[in-house]
Amino acid sequence: MLLVYVLKRLFWSIPFLFAVSLVAFALIQAPPGDFVTSLAATLAASGDVVDQARLDALRERYGLNESFLVQYWRWISGVLRGDFGQSFEWSQPVSDLIWERMGLSVAMAAATLLFTWAVAFPIGIYSAVRKYSIGDYVISAIGFIGLSIPNFLLGLVLMYVSVVWFSHDASGLFSEQYQQAPWSWDKFVDLCKHIWVPVIILGTSATASLIRIMRANLLDELHKPYVTTARAKGLSEWKLLVKYPVRLALNPFVSTIGWAFPQLVSGSVIISYVLSLPTAGPLLLQALLAQDMYLAGAFILLLCCLSVVGMLVSDILLALIDPRIRYR
Amino acid sequence: MWIAFRRHRLAVFGLIVVGLLYFIAAFAELLAPFDPDASSARAVNHPPQIVRFIKTTPDGGWTFQPHVYAMAQKRDPITLATTFTSDPSKTVDIEFFGKGAPVRMWGTFEVERRLIAPKKSDERFYLIGADRLGRDMLSRIIYGTRISMSIGLVGVLMSLVLGVFLGGISGYFGGWIDASVQRIVEFKLAMPTIPIWLGLSAALPQDWPPTWRYFAITVILSLIGWTELARVVRGRFLALRTEDFVTAARLDGCSQMRVIFRHMLPSMVSHIIASVSLAIPMMIIAETSLSFLGLGLLPPTISWGVLLKEAQNVRTIAEAPWLFSPGVAVCIAVLALNFLGDGLRDAADPYAQEGR
Amino acid sequence: MSAAPPVIEVKNLVTEFATRHGPFRAVDDVSFTLRRGKTLCLVGESGSGKSVTARSILQIVDPPGDIKSGKVLLHRHNTARGRQSGESVIDLAALNKRSSAIRAVRGRDIAMIFQEPMSSLSPVHTIGDQIGEAIRLHENVSKKEALNRAIELLRKVEIPNADKTIHRYPFEYSGGMRQRAMIAMALACNPGVLIADEPTTALDVTTQAEILTLIRKLQDDNGMSVLFITHDMGVVAEVADEVAVMRYGKLVEQGDTLPIFEEPQHEYTKMLLGSVKQLDRPSTRRLARRASNPPGDVLLSVDALRKEFHIDRGSFFRKTAPLVAVNDVSLQLRSGENLGIVGESGSGKSTLGRAILRVYDTNGGSVNYTGKDGVTRDLVTLDENQLKSARRELRMVFQDPMSSLNPRMTVAQLIGEPMLVNGMLQGRALNDRVAELLQMVGLPASAMERYPHAFSGGQRQRIGIARAIALDPRIIIADEATSALDVSIRTQVLDLLLDLQERLDLSFIFISHDIAVIRYFCDRIAVMYRGRIVEEGPTEEVCNTPKHAYTQALLSAVPHPDPRMRGTRVRTRYREPA
Repeated sequence: MLLVYVLKRLFWSIPFLFAVSLVAFALIQAPPGDFVTSLAATLAASGDVVDQARLDALRERYGLNESFLVQYWRWISGVLRGDFGQSFEWSQPVSDLIWERMGLSVAMAAATLLFTWAVAFPIGIYSAVRKYSIGDYVISAIGFIGLSIPNFLLGLVLMYVSVVWFSHDASGLFSEQYQQAPWSWDKFVDLCKHIWVPVIILGTSATASLIRIMRANLLDELHKPYVTTARAKGLSEWKLLVKYPVRLALNPFVSTIGWAFPQLVSGSVIISYVLSLPTAGPLLLQALLAQDMYLAGAFILLLCCLSVVGMLVSDILLALIDPRIRYR
Repeated sequence: MWIAFRRHRLAVFGLIVVGLLYFIAAFAELLAPFDPDASSARAVNHPPQIVRFIKTTPDGGWTFQPHVYAMAQKRDPITLATTFTSDPSKTVDIEFFGKGAPVRMWGTFEVERRLIAPKKSDERFYLIGADRLGRDMLSRIIYGTRISMSIGLVGVLMSLVLGVFLGGISGYFGGWIDASVQRIVEFKLAMPTIPIWLGLSAALPQDWPPTWRYFAITVILSLIGWTELARVVRGRFLALRTEDFVTAARLDGCSQMRVIFRHMLPSMVSHIIASVSLAIPMMIIAETSLSFLGLGLLPPTISWGVLLKEAQNVRTIAEAPWLFSPGVAVCIAVLALNFLGDGLRDAADPYAQEGR
Repeated sequence: MSAAPPVIEVKNLVTEFATRHGPFRAVDDVSFTLRRGKTLCLVGESGSGKSVTARSILQIVDPPGDIKSGKVLLHRHNTARGRQSGESVIDLAALNKRSSAIRAVRGRDIAMIFQEPMSSLSPVHTIGDQIGEAIRLHENVSKKEALNRAIELLRKVEIPNADKTIHRYPFEYSGGMRQRAMIAMALACNPGVLIADEPTTALDVTTQAEILTLIRKLQDDNGMSVLFITHDMGVVAEVADEVAVMRYGKLVEQGDTLPIFEEPQHEYTKMLLGSVKQLDRPSTRRLARRASNPPGDVLLSVDALRKEFHIDRGSFFRKTAPLVAVNDVSLQLRSGENLGIVGESGSGKSTLGRAILRVYDTNGGSVNYTGKDGVTRDLVTLDENQLKSARRELRMVFQDPMSSLNPRMTVAQLIGEPMLVNGMLQGRALNDRVAELLQMVGLPASAMERYPHAFSGGQRQRIGIARAIALDPRIIIADEATSALDVSIRTQVLDLLLDLQERLDLSFIFISHDIAVIRYFCDRIAVMYRGRIVEEGPTEEVCNTPKHAYTQALLSAVPHPDPRMRGTRVRTRYREPA
């Protein structure tokens, strides 16, 4: 039953991925003109002679004169073989540029998700069980504020505080000596020392909304008849809470992976830019501004794929913990 | 609903603040003491000045006269860093409803009166400082309120139309229409928002006039925001469609339009208002983020995000922390709107779950 | 009658709910005694506090409710379970509601079952898990042993293939099976007392009869005492040894079953029994009217009407067979006649009513209606616009008056809506007509400006009726129109409908699961089972000498509000021929 469900779900994500790739390609095609136009503009601005023949050769080489679908087909068939094309800006294959940065992005999002859960889960339960207590009010108030501060502002404030008051630079993910170094245990430890700042900044609003979700769901479940049944069996309040209502309130919690994870990955774009982290964000931004289309396209495509995967994982987890979904 | 709403003190507070912000947005010309684009070389990174109300006269008495101490600019001869020092002997008097430089109100007629203005029209004061070109931050934030608050409203109205239409046909007709709209919504939800925003805004030509850009950004924002509204509307429609009172209305002989507008919509209006007021802050944050990254609105348009772009660099804000002040405005606006929306939602449906 | 030893003594129990407007007393100074091996029925209408009383015994009242004073004495040595132990009396009300002492009582000495077996079982744990937990909470046994005992228990409550079904989830069980599983769970530790809180209210009568028999049998086997909470006097007559009647949180009368039924002392008990006994026999008023005004020509003729539902399971690969809700049903209704359609949940009776009015599109058959203009039209072939004129003459009264009245419209707007949209009346004339209609259904004209939530259930149903008669119809289809009402209100509404029938020359199709109501109100009856009409005929004839095996089973399952008839009838089960 479960296997059938998973297969069905997997099957369904194929048209999704296809549509996502179309959108990603359309996005990078959207700007008026193409890379060669902006190259010509740059050359002209710096006073160089613009050689029309060279531009045409470039257009020819990258197939820029072909129709949208032909260009898309070239691009996507390359992507399927692991070839994301050439970055005009860096004059390097895109695949050389993106993987480490994407990896760091995903690692940061994953760490943030774990942080978010670790904080939101117990606090949400506390808030629901002790409804309308002082603690609940304090948590709600903090949650509201957490939701209302755009996270790049939070990042700026934290940077300001650390620079002005502690004379410590909170930006970056690595200390200087590890920035160019190959991966090692020490570099990993160094990463852990730095990653908590962006994790907290990125996780604040997600944590706040998760606390609210957990609280609302649990409040909903706490007065369901099956809780009374379990209580009438003689179960202690604590065991009761954990086994029944919390278990059911977990459903929407798990489904958050579907939207929270991609949101964190894409949300990290801005944070990374503010804190100048070596993740996907700043490079994507730079590529978009320079209309470096293959680079930007690769990032957008990968971020979209991550979202689809996140949805998939959350659906499968949901089916695992809730038999009702499996049998539907 | 109003009575239920009034019980939420925070929501009422939020309503007042939101009302105030839109008031500021509407009457920016009268409220801002100076032209937001007027730069001054003598006031580069001018720090904020404190308003004092009581002025002592030489004979020992006192009068009520709001004023600030003038600040003198000094340049360190070695480091070339400029510093400002307060000079209590020189004051700039402030008067209410004084005269300032004439501006065109709403682009139609000229006004001179301002809520606050310097008594001598050649003097200036900087209540929350000045930016790197010596422009008055207070005036800039007040003008920014107009753009930032309105972009939220206009964006939400656009996504409202889209969301109510798609959610409505999806929920009312059901069947394959529902199924295909649902697929679109799911697809939309699977897309990571921020990269898409960035991609779309990067695609806008840089040389568009500010108004075009403003509307283009609004459209981009509303493309992102409609799904939530569509979800709410569809859910309500589905729930209401099976309600007996809707069947009863049909059997009473009501036309389809009357069933929808007289019987179904009134039961949804409160839900829609609540979701709208929760969507506005999202739009405001989004606009601010985009403009902050340089992909949203661009100068000379003034929005809170555009102003915050000045505060990107740690060095800059370490020197002039008042450049953060637009951020404070963003937080206040978003917080107030969230309080308001939350209260409205509770009042609309006390048993509703907080979907997410 | 020699008194059996007491098992639970409730003394001067007071339970209050803290509300915005001060404490609300849900249970007000209630005292009663439950004796060994006996069944005590706690009876009352909705809001009487009977359920809260039951929950107070185990201290599981949901907050903000709490016991304020009084005692709940458990004589453990008198229970079947604790007979070996020495004398021990515990005051349950004095224990802390989170203490281990009261938890040791819950489920072990006193077990409880609830009204909604679906929501009372956790949807994400298997039945075996939930029963096994009940065993392991109070007895030190291994998981495997607990599972084996759970299977044994399921067999005891007559669940087929217990060793397999135990690993299933509640949503895979039928309603009756779920309640059996609940009972199995309650019996897990052989409790001395079973508290059953409306255990059969959510079930069909045939299932109800089976569950009642099961509880009786298990009670006899184990020497259990049962505290049975219900609003249904028929069920009381069926199961009770003693009866306690509650109203507004107070106990108004208690005693042995027979004396209470035959010589009730308190006014309220008399009224309650009176309205129950009044039903379940033909209304004298109706019989008198039919004698002077026999039913006339056929107004409505339904032929081979069919309605299928396609359940979309979101699968491309499998086409599921459609659910045939109404399977080639044929009926006729004469003018001035009341036709009853009786059936259990899922029999398709409501769908039939709505299909006649074309709320749904149908999948075949015809509905021929002869209008005031004398023209006969087939409603099945009309489009939504052409249906308008027919729908003026065929009106509907719904089950739940709360959900069928738009909460955002005033009574005047609600009743005026059909006249307004049909362009019949407006302004002053409309207002006068609404006032007249209100007066006809026994409501003051002052009700006009108020919203439906300001009225009681019975009053709301009167508003619904006023809306139905506003267009001067000829036929009213009443879909479970009295089911949501308390029994004492039911007869009032039925009498109102009979009154209107005489004044306005109406015919009724009355859809209900409640045979007693149909017997009171209807001239003819059609019995529906799984989308088909299995038997049709004059009401008394069908009720007294049912021909079809299903009708026989249905009628034999209906509890009669007369304790003397207990055990006199042979109960049959209907098994559909393959």
